[in-house]
Amino acid sequence: MISNIPMEHGLILAAILFALGLIGVLVRRNIVFMLMSVEVMLNAVGLAFVVGGARWGQVDGQIMFIFILTMAAAEVSVGLALVLQLHHSFKTLDADAASTMKG
Amino acid sequence: MIAFLYLIPALPFAGFIILALTGRRLPKSVTTLVGAGSVGLSALIAVLIGINFITAPPQGYAFTQTLWTWMQFDGYAPSISFTLDPLSLIMVLVITIVGFLIHLYSTEFMSDDEGYSRFFAYMNLFVGSMLTLVLADNLVLLYLGWEGVGLCSYLLIGFWYRDPVNGRAARKAFIVTRIGDTAMAIGLFLLFTNLGTLNIQDLMQAAHAKWPIGSDTAVLAAALLLGGALGKSAQLPLQVWLPDAMAGPTPVSALIHAATMVTAGVYLIARTHVLFELAPAVQTAVAVIGALTLLIAGFSALVQRDIKRVLAYSTISQIGYMFLALGVGAWSAAMFHFMTHAFFKALLFLGAGVVILAQHEEHDMFKMGGLRKKLPATFWTFLIGSASLSALPVVTAGFYSKDLILWQAWSSPSGGALLWAAGLLGAFITSIYTFRMVFVTFFGESKMEVSHRPGSRMIMPLMILAVFSIVGGFVEMPDTLGNVALFSDFLQPIFPVQAVQHVVVGTELLFQIIASLVSLSGIFVAYLLYFRSPQTAEKFALSSVGAKIERFWFSGWGFDWLYEKLFINPFLWTAKINKSDFIDSGYTGIASLNRAIHAVLSKTQTGNIRWYAMGIVIGAVVFLGIIVALH
Repeated sequence: MISNIPMEHGLILAAILFALGLIGVLVRRNIVFMLMSVEVMLNAVGLAFVVGGARWGQVDGQIMFIFILTMAAAEVSVGLALVLQLHHSFKTLDADAASTMKG
Repeated sequence: MIAFLYLIPALPFAGFIILALTGRRLPKSVTTLVGAGSVGLSALIAVLIGINFITAPPQGYAFTQTLWTWMQFDGYAPSISFTLDPLSLIMVLVITIVGFLIHLYSTEFMSDDEGYSRFFAYMNLFVGSMLTLVLADNLVLLYLGWEGVGLCSYLLIGFWYRDPVNGRAARKAFIVTRIGDTAMAIGLFLLFTNLGTLNIQDLMQAAHAKWPIGSDTAVLAAALLLGGALGKSAQLPLQVWLPDAMAGPTPVSALIHAATMVTAGVYLIARTHVLFELAPAVQTAVAVIGALTLLIAGFSALVQRDIKRVLAYSTISQIGYMFLALGVGAWSAAMFHFMTHAFFKALLFLGAGVVILAQHEEHDMFKMGGLRKKLPATFWTFLIGSASLSALPVVTAGFYSKDLILWQAWSSPSGGALLWAAGLLGAFITSIYTFRMVFVTFFGESKMEVSHRPGSRMIMPLMILAVFSIVGGFVEMPDTLGNVALFSDFLQPIFPVQAVQHVVVGTELLFQIIASLVSLSGIFVAYLLYFRSPQTAEKFALSSVGAKIERFWFSGWGFDWLYEKLFINPFLWTAKINKSDFIDSGYTGIASLNRAIHAVLSKTQTGNIRWYAMGIVIGAVVFLGIIVALH
């Protein structure tokens, strides 16, 4: 049963997923893969919320997860629009190419 | 009448203010009226007050008029107050009368100058400051006048400011006299801290009561005041500024650097003579400095070519005579020589101005000649002035004053044979260089056409001063010639007559004959060397020894070279090695540090988005770590 899994295990899983997503953002050079890693981070956070809601038997965790999903969808659409703009300006999807703010 | 004393300095100051504020917009006739008229009015009032003073002298022979309290702090309240006593009356009369004659002369001399009103503004300020100096009741007000005349000297020497040479001469005068002024200020501090007052009468009484003769404080205070006097009066070692000060207009040289400002040092020592009597060592130093200066300047005048420089060195030399007199305690003799010197030296300078104007602004005597026929009035007045300077026996004022000094140098208790001999040699040299000047300028072949004939406003002062140069001496004649003692009797309340060593009347006559012979033989030598056979002097000057001597004397005995090596070069060297000012680097260091930190920190702005994300992560980790650690 869900109530038999200790909360700590769920939170540790969320933490590991978050860390993996974070490393992905920092390491990958392709903007699209960075966005995917951000999605992973968002899902990890959602998992953490759900686990917390299950622990105290309240529905707030699930509601938060729906908010996060909605926000993720909106963010992805904006992000992909920005990626298109980036590609239009720099002819590449390399994040390091957009460093004209240097200095 | 004597209640109008304050008008004497106030009128020239008023003239200065009017001309300084509105001079440029006034028509020239109004400027002339204000500029020369203020001093003329002052002279008139001075004469009237003088007559009043002589015929009906006030209580104690001194009249003090207090105008207002200058400042007040900690129980000390010096006031603007003027004291009229015989000494200051003589100074006031000479300053205003000779000053007025020079102003009258300047109205024609400077008439073509574009700085006409500026000139008269400065001259009026000068006369006002000088009158403040001599009328001052306390040493603080005297110092105010002292500084005022120093300022005006700077402004007037550098009057034609567009030429940098004039500016350099003005700065040199100001800086050298400043050294003396600093010594004098320290002397004033010393007097005040020890005696609690700077009012001259109170000071002299307190010093006499408190300090024994020869005490260290008295010697130190007198020496410091002497330093101030040396600077202002251009005596050894601070005499280097006066020859260069001839860069100013000739009326300036006549008024400031012959008749009045340079005698301020003589006045100071005469005023504080009680203090100098308490310090015999310093008084001897005054006499020795006077004797040395009169010889050095006399020899230097012998080889000068610029007519004004001859007169400048002559002034230094004659003030040396005054210092010699002060040093042997012959106070009224010094003041007598001051008076006659003011007359004939101003006359000589004004005459030189006429000659310079008439010879297309040429200053070199050897390029002039034969002016005797061309400028007769100038020639005769100049001759009278030169005769007075050379102390021509009996008929000139200079004879009486110089002879009195020589006699006092021999017979006074603190005098001696050596000082007398120095004075005698100086008189011989004086005659030679004076008549060298006369023969070269006025006799011989005329080398240049006369370009500007002097008008009445220039000739009149010359004539009046010539009359004074003759009759001015008749107020003090020695025993052998009628024993007239009007001058020293008049100064009796200030300078009690000194006890003279008992000498036979015959000795005094002998000395007078010696002095007269010396003066006449000097004229004869000048006649031989510069009229009859000018080649002898020139040939000697061309020989190797002669050339060296001439160069040495020409440079004023090398004092400029000495001061350059001793003071100017080390100063310039320290300024050069400190060019990147090490104190400044403290301030610039702050700016450099900022720039360095900026350079380091701006490396973190890479523009790279992953770098920024990393920064956020590290920050979050640190933040959480702190929260966990504090928990």
